[in-house]
Amino acid sequence: MSASLEKVTQTLKEVIDAPIASYFESCVHCGLCAEACLFYTETGDPKYTPIHKLEPLRRVYEQEFTLLGRLKKLVGLSRPISDDELDQWQELVYDSCTLCGRCSLVCPVGNDIVYMVRKFREGMAVSGHVPEGIRSAAKRTVETGGPMGLKWPAVANVLRKAGEATGVTIPVDQEGADYLVLLSSMEIVNYPEYIEALAKIFNKAKISFTVASDAFEATNAGIQIGSSDLAKVIVSRIVDAAERLKVKYVLSPECGHAYMAIRWEGPNLIGRPFTFEVVHVLELLDELRQKGVLKMKGKLKDPLILHDPCQIVRRGGVLQAPDALIRQVAENYIPIADQQKWNWCCGGGGGASAIHTEEAEALRARVFQIKKRQIEEAGVGTMVTFCANCRITMEEGLDHYEMNTKLLGLTELLAEHLED
Amino acid sequence: MNELQFLTWVRGPGLDIAVGIFLLGTVWRLFEIYTLGRRKDLAAPRRAAGASGLHTVFRRSLPPHGMLKRAPVSYIGGYIFHIGLAVIVFLGAPHIMLIANLTGLSWPGLPAQFIGLATVMTMAAMLAMLVDRINKPAKRFLSTFEDWFVWAVTFLPVLTGWLAVQHLLLPYTTMLALHILSVEILLIALPFTKLFHVFTLFGSRWHNGSANARKGVPV
Repeated sequence: MSASLEKVTQTLKEVIDAPIASYFESCVHCGLCAEACLFYTETGDPKYTPIHKLEPLRRVYEQEFTLLGRLKKLVGLSRPISDDELDQWQELVYDSCTLCGRCSLVCPVGNDIVYMVRKFREGMAVSGHVPEGIRSAAKRTVETGGPMGLKWPAVANVLRKAGEATGVTIPVDQEGADYLVLLSSMEIVNYPEYIEALAKIFNKAKISFTVASDAFEATNAGIQIGSSDLAKVIVSRIVDAAERLKVKYVLSPECGHAYMAIRWEGPNLIGRPFTFEVVHVLELLDELRQKGVLKMKGKLKDPLILHDPCQIVRRGGVLQAPDALIRQVAENYIPIADQQKWNWCCGGGGGASAIHTEEAEALRARVFQIKKRQIEEAGVGTMVTFCANCRITMEEGLDHYEMNTKLLGLTELLAEHLED
Repeated sequence: MNELQFLTWVRGPGLDIAVGIFLLGTVWRLFEIYTLGRRKDLAAPRRAAGASGLHTVFRRSLPPHGMLKRAPVSYIGGYIFHIGLAVIVFLGAPHIMLIANLTGLSWPGLPAQFIGLATVMTMAAMLAMLVDRINKPAKRFLSTFEDWFVWAVTFLPVLTGWLAVQHLLLPYTTMLALHILSVEILLIALPFTKLFHVFTLFGSRWHNGSANARKGVPV
């Protein structure tokens, strides 16, 4: 066995726990997880069946942790994992899994399949079986601070402009503020309106906030690549800044994977509970709405549907706020059949949108058909979402199918209709 | 060995061996799986109504949102044969007598005609599931030798039991002995194949349910 394969096996042995053992033992090969996966429903290719994406992990479990598996390995009845095999699985674990977690919701024996994919990626990451796009995003985040290579002076510039546009100065490195505001590079570069929206809302609600010059990036490519070591480095920056600035709350941006990384994986990565609370921006906005601070004027008349980002809703637990908030600003909001925790992924989560090979892009376009159908069946020209990554993925999808559906960000939409 | 000796063997030493392997195997497998432990989740939990391990243990017995339409054979066939098997095993008079002999516990059964009907329905559902496994791309793709083997090992006790009661194909004594033998094979296979889901599915549902409940998501 090569040194790198030994490392994979060692890493996988470390991540395999009682739930994973129980999940593998429970699987009856019913194939129902395939029906929940957009990569299967849109292509019909059975290799995209979620549980199949874990086959190498299953074999390591069987060969290392079960008596019969060890015997089978001894007499050569069970094949050890190989580099070729992991190469082949890279597409299944990254290109065609967005960690959306829909499969975990339907498995009749109760397997949390996405939990296993996340763990399997740890092994793929140590041996370098990772798509180039995600690997370089993770490298840039560790080296420069963000996945797009964005450095603080550029961010400061965007913040200053947002301050000028809104008349609200955005405080930087201010100790004792209530909220430390995190951003995602995608928002800073493509949707600076989000920052303006936030500044307006904080100002209106009279809540103190700050941005940290050494921890502005919320996304965590370390988690997408599957490397807890990298993920820990990235998340520690935020924890250090939050503790240095003595904030009560850290505000996660709309971005879904950023929220997952800081809210749910963060404390587990650094090995202790946080001294502050992590709040998703929609949770804060919904709280302000309930307190009556967030007052709206005028409503958008266009019929529209909502795209619930997986990591915020299904995997993140922000279940009620999006619906309650959209109703504040949209007169013709149409709830779709597969909404909230049942929504279908945009196709670009889990790092997939960072993979720019021809095959990966073609596959993303193909699976976008499910969003296309949702839009067409509802007969709307507008879709609202609250994740910059979903938005950019869906914009690519809309372009591909030459659809003129308008995509809007929920926080900006709220800010536009804020009562002065 | 004549048919009576065969029957005596499967009722005596055969049963002892099978039950022994089943019990030891089950205890060993459960130990192997659940002593692996899990790391404590350090993220501050969120609460939500209907979200817990126990909720998921029960909720997953029902088809999730939109799934019945996508895979009707899996759900309807699955219900019929699982419930059918439970009815036959726990409410068939000869089986109740066997359990009473082994444990001293006894309860009223259902009329033989009803059990006969349940048996036929169970076999029909299992055949439909088999056809579905061959027809559905994802299911066929996932299938290994174990899937076909386990299907046969589950089907044979139902078939032989029915044939014995109906006095078909072979003399009653022989068929009864074959029936008991097929159950013994099932018992021996159970801890070491996917049949073990009869135990682990509770743990799996509970783990999934409780992990997601911490995030406030009822799954």
